[in-house]
Amino acid sequence: MRYAMAIDTKRCVGCSDCVVACQTENNVPTGYCRDWIVEDMAGQYPELHLEIRSERCNHCEDAPCVRCCPTSASHVVEGGVVLVDHDDCIGCKACIASCPYDARFVHPKGYVDKCTFCIHRVREGKKPACVSVCPTHAMIFGDLDDKNSDISKALRTRQHKTLIPEAGTRPHVYYLL
Amino acid sequence: MTKSLNRREFIKIAGIGAGGFAAGASALHAWNPFQIDPTQIASSGIPGVTPTYCEICFWKCAGWVHKKDNEPWKIVGNPDDPHSNGRFCPRGTGGLGAYTDPDRLKTPLIRVEERGKQVFREATWDEAFDYITDKMNLIKEKWGPECVALFTHGSGGDYFKNLIKAYGSNNIAAPSYAQCRGPREEAYVLTFGEAVGSPERTDMQNSKCIVLIGSHIGENMHNGQVQEFTEAVAAGATVITVDPRFSTAASKSKYWLPIKPSTDLALLLAWINVIIEEELYDKDYVEKYTYGFQQLKESVKNNTPEWAYPITTIKPHIIRETAREMAKNAPATIVHPGRHVTWYGDDTQRVRAGAILNALLGSWGRRGGFYSQVKAKVKSPALPPYPKPKKDWKDAFPGKYPLANLAISQGICDATIPSVERDCSFKGWFVYGTNLLMTLPQPKKTLEAIQNLELLVVVDILPAEITGYADVILPECTYLERYDDLRVSAGRVANVALRAPAFEPKYDTKPAYWMARELALRLNLGEYFPYEKIEDYLEYRLKSIGSSLDEMKKLGVKQLPSDQNSLYFLEGEDFEFYTPTGKIELYSTQLANAGFDPIPQYTAHEEPGEGYYRLLYGRAPMHTFGRTANNPNLADLMDENEVWINPKVAKEWGIRHRDYIILENQDGIKSAKIRAKVTERIRHDCVYMVHGFGHSQKQMRRSFNKGANDSDLISKINVDPIMGGTGMRVNFVTFRREVA
Ligand code: SF4
Ligand code: SF4
Ligand code: SF4
Repeated sequence: MRYAMAIDTKRCVGCSDCVVACQTENNVPTGYCRDWIVEDMAGQYPELHLEIRSERCNHCEDAPCVRCCPTSASHVVEGGVVLVDHDDCIGCKACIASCPYDARFVHPKGYVDKCTFCIHRVREGKKPACVSVCPTHAMIFGDLDDKNSDISKALRTRQHKTLIPEAGTRPHVYYLL
Repeated sequence: MTKSLNRREFIKIAGIGAGGFAAGASALHAWNPFQIDPTQIASSGIPGVTPTYCEICFWKCAGWVHKKDNEPWKIVGNPDDPHSNGRFCPRGTGGLGAYTDPDRLKTPLIRVEERGKQVFREATWDEAFDYITDKMNLIKEKWGPECVALFTHGSGGDYFKNLIKAYGSNNIAAPSYAQCRGPREEAYVLTFGEAVGSPERTDMQNSKCIVLIGSHIGENMHNGQVQEFTEAVAAGATVITVDPRFSTAASKSKYWLPIKPSTDLALLLAWINVIIEEELYDKDYVEKYTYGFQQLKESVKNNTPEWAYPITTIKPHIIRETAREMAKNAPATIVHPGRHVTWYGDDTQRVRAGAILNALLGSWGRRGGFYSQVKAKVKSPALPPYPKPKKDWKDAFPGKYPLANLAISQGICDATIPSVERDCSFKGWFVYGTNLLMTLPQPKKTLEAIQNLELLVVVDILPAEITGYADVILPECTYLERYDDLRVSAGRVANVALRAPAFEPKYDTKPAYWMARELALRLNLGEYFPYEKIEDYLEYRLKSIGSSLDEMKKLGVKQLPSDQNSLYFLEGEDFEFYTPTGKIELYSTQLANAGFDPIPQYTAHEEPGEGYYRLLYGRAPMHTFGRTANNPNLADLMDENEVWINPKVAKEWGIRHRDYIILENQDGIKSAKIRAKVTERIRHDCVYMVHGFGHSQKQMRRSFNKGANDSDLISKINVDPIMGGTGMRVNFVTFRREVA
């Protein structure tokens, strides 16, 4: 099982619903977020191109944050989901420094926090909060090892990319172009 | 019972300390709120899920409010709800912020010093009601009940409408008419005999070509509409976006036409010209259903793409190409009617040009165009007839706005300022859920009107700017703390939705139903509010559709059976339109009779002078005008607005990206400081900002002084002579450095 997410930049309108849904689902305190929106603009008036992305932890297959964690608080669970055990986390921030995507933050309670792929929902057979709220159905979540999953199909049929591939982390969040 | 045991375990584990989340996650796993039978919750009093429909904007999506540990947790959409299809927009998802906002109004307040000084004393509900009824009795006696007006926006406004009508006035205005979609409704009624309605009857999910004239779908999060738009885009529909700004929608479009602002009507006429000259229109449809084709043809014969080019700056070959694209996909082509359309004062005519285009393409009543909404029939209890008012707001404007169908907010403002020509001047205002100082243009005039009032009652949730001028402030509880009337929706399926209270009202706040009824009782109008408890009123209504409160608490949304065969009704069937000719009026006999152009004609609008730029404004997806700027969840996403400036213009003025600057309009009015967003996404002859920021009310701590308020800069309006809409995109601004 390899959980992954594909985000359709053609559909996403950058509304930030995924951000609010994550904050309420996971009680992320105001002022912090586990996912966020990036707008990439290219070109000159009137030849313009805009790419809108909902970004979060990439649940990297080769995750530097896990490798560098001195207490093993950052660890990998089923489906390749990268989690932080809040009790084991000593707040040293080594993982924050190692993550090329700026996906982590220090929670006001002292531990490092980030996107969990809503594993608590996934274990109940539900989709992550952001995926299930998105009004434009821009996000697909599923198992890459299942050839018939929506995400496998989407990656087979659509052009896609990952962020900063040169970092060699092998992200599990894909962007459909 | 096992379930609630698991839940307690969860609470215990989560309570251990900072590590609560990781440990709690596995316990959460066992607790699925969706598996809890809502009836159990209701009868046993265990907190769980409550149905609601969202009040953060007018789309009114239905969903469920969840609690965890007896604390508010989250709001999610109801999958049976056609407004949201189970997915709320960011504002609705963040709706809890309206409830948790510590800046809410907390108790009734009565003014003790002059208006605007904001000195109030806390009052009991009895004191507040006594104050209001004394004044209402005085006004009735001295000037007549017609001198009281109601401004309303939102669900609870209906109870105040009932109260005001029972009292003897029909002066009920909604800024959503003259400041927003009024011209659209009138234009479609004039053309097709029916309005577009809300939610719109646009069949975008089936459209193959969508034309947006300044509609920034995706930045306005009219939920179901955004969903349909993205479905159509994903299915490969051709989108043609006409906008001086590279909007989110423009970025998803095959064609972006960066039109010179204020010239949209010229482009629409040129499109009509091409479609007629190249015989691309739906001949059978036009023949069978429309009136005035020859006059139209004659009227637009000179409106060629070459004529439109210097006006609009859109190249003739692009105008032709896009017109052909529309015709190729017809009738599944929709020229979207827009929503906020009060731009230049000839808005009814501009929207009508789009309606005419839709008629030529044959998209009205056809798949992918406009469908026929199935209407829900839900009974309301009979009330005694309302007293007949002796005069209404139209009497204050003899001969003006002949085709307006609703009182005009700024008209009531004008008629509150005493003048020798008018015999009617307003003495009392009720303002429900609308911050008039930000929603109406020309706030100075609104303030002048207010100073002439005997009574100003404001019902609100937040201490918005308008509350500062009230005589009495009635604090309403949020939509999450009250019942309201059923949401009765027309659409592809007729449906009703229930809003039930998820939480007890915080502070000393009350539902509008209770307030209006208490006032009615004191004014001896109790017979207009026969039900002491709104639950009994709801039961009455629900019974007429074979349902009950109990059932609705489990369903949230109930879809009703339809007696309509098809959503599409113009596939060759005979059809009598509700227009004087019984046809789709390309040539409007009603406009001709009222002395207006029966077919839209382009007239040039004033242009900004040297060094000035047209002020455009719009929406951001995470906010509903000024109403959400103080919401803790949503302010977190965007807490101030920016002014969009083309890089060439910015360079001329030495403005750098993210600089704070001040805007000054043609009348010398200055804005609060606002950040510059220097971007290629806008033309050089205009600037753009999101509406709803720049609050001047200190009590709204999160939004106070954040960004600039465009309404302050809208000191000029062009009034639509047909229906009184206020064209607001007629103001020009220049740049001033921020004074340190
Ligand atoms: S909720 Fe969906 S459309 Fe909105 S920003 Fe997130 S991914 Fe994009
Ligand atoms: S995105 Fe960052 S935090 Fe997430 S797995 Fe990769 S390196 Fe770790
Ligand atoms: S569109 Fe958003 S704010 Fe409006 S009613 Fe729906 S969820 Fe609420």
